[in-house]
Amino acid sequence: MGQPRVIIIGAGPSGVRCAETLVAAGLRPTVVDEGRRDGGQIYRRQPDNFTRPYAKLYGTEAGKAQSLHESFDALRGKIDYLPETLAWNIADRKVHVMRDRQTRALPYDALVICSGATDRLMPVKGWHYAGTYSLGASQIALKAQACAIGRQVVFMGTGPLLYLVASQYVKAGADVVAVLDTSPFMRRVAALPKLLARPAVLRNGFALVAELKREGVQVLTGVTPLEIKGSPETGVQGVVIRDSSGNERAFECDAVGMGYHLRPETQLADLARCAFRFDHETRQWLPEVGEDGRTSVPGVYLAGDGMKVLGADGAEIGGRLAAMAVLKDFKLPVAEHELQRLREEQARMDRFRRGLVQAFPWPAQQAAQLPDDALVCRCEAITAGELRRTVCDMGAQEANRAKALCRVGMGRCQGRYCANAGAEVIAHAAGIPVEQVGRLRGQAPVKPLSIAAQEEVE
Amino acid sequence: MSQRFVRLAETGRPRVRIVIDGHGAEAFKGDTLMVAVLSHARELRESEFGDGKRAGFCLMGACQDCWVWMADGERLRACTTVVAEGMHIVTKQPEAAWANLA
Amino acid sequence: MNAQRADVIIVGGGIMGASAAFFLRKRGVSVILLERGLIGQQASGVNFGNVRRQGRYIDQLPLANRSREIWLKLKELIGEDAEFMLSGHLRVGYRPEHEERMAKYAQDSQPYGLGLQMISGRALRERFPFLGPEVTAGSYAPHDGHANPRLAAPAIGRAAARLGAQVFENTEIVNIEKDGEDFRVTAADGRIFRAPVALITAGAWANRISTSFGEPVPLQAKGPQMCVTEPVPYAIPPVMGVASEKMEEGIYFRQVARGNIVIGGCAREAVDLDKRRAYVNPKNTLLQFTQLPRVIPALKGLSIIRVWSGIESYLQDDRPVIGPSSRVPGLYYAFGFNGEGFQLGPGVGDVMAELIHTGATSTPIEQYHIARFSRLAVNAA
Repeated sequence: MGQPRVIIIGAGPSGVRCAETLVAAGLRPTVVDEGRRDGGQIYRRQPDNFTRPYAKLYGTEAGKAQSLHESFDALRGKIDYLPETLAWNIADRKVHVMRDRQTRALPYDALVICSGATDRLMPVKGWHYAGTYSLGASQIALKAQACAIGRQVVFMGTGPLLYLVASQYVKAGADVVAVLDTSPFMRRVAALPKLLARPAVLRNGFALVAELKREGVQVLTGVTPLEIKGSPETGVQGVVIRDSSGNERAFECDAVGMGYHLRPETQLADLARCAFRFDHETRQWLPEVGEDGRTSVPGVYLAGDGMKVLGADGAEIGGRLAAMAVLKDFKLPVAEHELQRLREEQARMDRFRRGLVQAFPWPAQQAAQLPDDALVCRCEAITAGELRRTVCDMGAQEANRAKALCRVGMGRCQGRYCANAGAEVIAHAAGIPVEQVGRLRGQAPVKPLSIAAQEEVE
Repeated sequence: MSQRFVRLAETGRPRVRIVIDGHGAEAFKGDTLMVAVLSHARELRESEFGDGKRAGFCLMGACQDCWVWMADGERLRACTTVVAEGMHIVTKQPEAAWANLA
Repeated sequence: MNAQRADVIIVGGGIMGASAAFFLRKRGVSVILLERGLIGQQASGVNFGNVRRQGRYIDQLPLANRSREIWLKLKELIGEDAEFMLSGHLRVGYRPEHEERMAKYAQDSQPYGLGLQMISGRALRERFPFLGPEVTAGSYAPHDGHANPRLAAPAIGRAAARLGAQVFENTEIVNIEKDGEDFRVTAADGRIFRAPVALITAGAWANRISTSFGEPVPLQAKGPQMCVTEPVPYAIPPVMGVASEKMEEGIYFRQVARGNIVIGGCAREAVDLDKRRAYVNPKNTLLQFTQLPRVIPALKGLSIIRVWSGIESYLQDDRPVIGPSSRVPGLYYAFGFNGEGFQLGPGVGDVMAELIHTGATSTPIEQYHIARFSRLAVNAA
C-alpha cells in the first residue's frame, strides 16, 4: 500500500506535533496554514525583526513555545509547507486553498483539521464601540506587535486567559484599570478537584491573580457586565458593571479586552460533513469525535482547540494522537505504549478542562438580560430586540430561520462571535432549551474569498 | 489623543511611511496595517450600518471587522496584512465611486 | 381520527402555496396550508430574488405583469415589502448576437409594457459608468426590480395566517388520495386533513404527487449556485444579467440596499431530493469569479462571504405546470418554475385563487396545463 497523502490544516501546537509524528513515521504531509509564520495563536511568533526574548513573550510557557518553533523549523525540509494559505472549502476529498489570489484543489487520503479556536463572546451593550477587543486580540497586540490595545484597559469576561492577559499587560508596562470576572469566586473552589488534575497550571493561575493584586489592579469576581460606555465617533469611554454585592460600579477606560474562554473553529469540520453533537456542559455544538480525533467521516480527523478546547499542551497531545490514528487507519505501525500514554495525558487535560468550565462558566443567563438595544451581531449591527422579534412576532425558533429573517450571523464573520449568544437569546425568547435552537448551517468560504481569486494554472 | 494602540516596546525598527486619509504617517517595518493605522488614528473604518467607527476586534483574522479601504479601491484585512511603504488607507466609506474605479 | 377540514388544502408552503393561501382567504375561501419544513424554506428561500419580467418567455408576460402589480402593493396587502425595490434590470451583451437577441426581445415584448430601452456605446457608459469594456450593449427594464427571498414567502404565509389560513409547518405529508368527494391528506404523525379541493405547490417534490395521480411530468431538480459579497456602498442599482447563449457566461447579480451583492448563474448542480441537500461546487464559484469582472471590473476588489444552493425544479419545456389536473376533478397544480418562479409567486397565488374560486382565470395559463405531458406519459407506458 502506498503512502497516504495527508493534509494538515493549521500550524499551531496540534498541527506541528501531528506533522512531526507523521514525518517520524516516514510520511511527508502537507501543512496548510493561514498565518505568515507557524505557531498558531498561543505561541504566535513575533515578526522577524522583533527582538523580545522568549521569556518576555511567553512567560512560564517560554520553553514550550521555543520547543514548538524549533520542532517546526526542523520539519521544514520534510513537509510540504504552505504558509499564508487559506483553506476555504472542502469538497470531494479535496481541500480548496488560496494563496495570493491563486486557488488550488489538494486531494487527500487523510485530513487532519487543526483549526484552533477563537475567543467566545457574550455581547454587552456597547461592545461594538471602537476600542472593544477580544481577550485573544489584546494578547496578540502585545505578543505579536508589542502594543497595548489602549491607554487604559479594562479586562472583562471569565476564564484563565482573562488573568493571563491582564498580568502580561501589567508586566509590559500597560495601564490595567480593572479585571472583571463574571464567575463567582466560589466556583473556583468547587472546581478545585478537577483543577488539581494539573497542579502546575493551577499554581500558575493562583500566582497570576496574586501578581495582579500586588500591582494594585482591581480584581472583581462575580460581576455582571451592564454596559460598555462610549460614542460612535470616539469609541470606548468606560465600563459599567454590577458587582457581586449588587452595586453598580463604573470604570473609565479607552479599551476593553473581553472574552469568555474559547470556542473551537469548526467550519472546516462542518464543510467536511462531520457530524456535530450538542455539548451540554459548555452549551455549544461541537464536532462528534471518537477515539484519537477520528470524526464521523472516514479519513477526516480533528486535533487541538479546533476539536475541543484543551489548551496548548492538550493540543500538542491531540496532534500526536491524530497522527497515530491516521497511521493506524492506514495500516502503518504505531507505538502502542506511546499511544496509551498520550491518551492518559489527554484524559488528564480533559479533567482539567472540565474544571475550567466549572470554575469559569459561559454566562448564558446574560443573554436574557441583554437590553433590546444591545447589538448581538456586530457584523450586521443587529440588536437583541430585533432577534427577539423574529421569535415572538415571526415564529422563528431555530438558528437558521432567525438568521434568515433578521440577519444575525449573516455577516462577514459568519456567526463566529454572535452564534453562541444568539442561540441563547432565541432559546430564552422562545422558552425552549438552547439545544433545540440548533446551530447555524456552515457554508464555504471559511473566510472571505476574493473575487480576484483564480484557479492556478498547472 | 489621536491614537488608539500604545506601543510598549520594539520601537527601534526601521520606519515605513504610509498615508491615512491623505495625511502622512510613520509606522515601523513589521507592523501590521492595523497597528500602523491605529498608532495614529482611533479607527480603521466606519460601520456600514450607522453604529459608528470600528477599530477591529479579534486581531487574528477571524472576526473580519478590520477590512479597510485603500485609496485605489483595494480592500485589505488590516490585522493580517503587513504594512508596506506607500500604503494609503481611507477610513471613511468610499460612497458609490468604488464601483467606477478600474 | 378526526380530520381537519377546509375548502382547499394546499400542499407545499413556498411562495406559490403561501400566496395562494393568502388570496384564497381574501376571497373568503377556507384554507389549510401544509408544509414539511418552514414556510419558504426551499426554492422560495434560496433563489436569486429577481423580480423581473424582462427575459421571460413572451407567453409568460401576462402572468408576470399580474404578479408585478401585486409586488408593487405588497406592503399595503401584507404589511411588509420583503425589501422589494423597483431598481431596474439591465441585461448586457458582449457580442453582436447578444445585442440582436436583446433587440428582438424588446420588440417581441412590446405589447406587454415592459418599457425596454436598448442602449449601447457612449450612452451605455454614461448611464452605467461601472460597466466594463467588454460590454457592448444593454437592454434596460426600468420597471423591474428585486426583493429578498428569505423574507417574502414567510411574510406572505404570516399574512395568510392572520387572515385565517390554517398553516401547519413541520408537517410532512405521506399520502394524498381522492376519497369520495374529498381529498384525504395524511401527515407523517397520523393527522388527517380533508378538503374537496387540493392545490399542489410542492416544488421539486410535486412530481411525486402528480405521478401518484397518474400525471407524471419530466421534472428535474437542480441546485442554483449562489454566493454573496460583503456589504459595500450602494453603487449598482439595476439587477444585472448577461444575455448570452452560453450558460457559463450567464452570470447575474444584484446589490441590496444594505450593500451586499447577491450573485448567481453560470452553472447548476445535481441535488439530493430525498435528503433535501444541495451543494455549491467550488469550481462554479471560481467560474462566477471569472465572469463578474467582465460586467463590472471593480467587483474584483470585493470578497464573497458565503455560498449556498437549494432545490429548484425544471421541466423539460422550460415552462411551469399551472392549472387543473387533467385527470382528477378538484385537483390543481402550480409547480416547476425553472428557476424563475420568485417573481411569479404572488401572481400565481392570485390566479390559482381566482381559478379555484370562480372556475376560470383572466390570465392565460392554458399553455401550462399538465395535460401537455400526458402524451409523454402515454408514450412511456
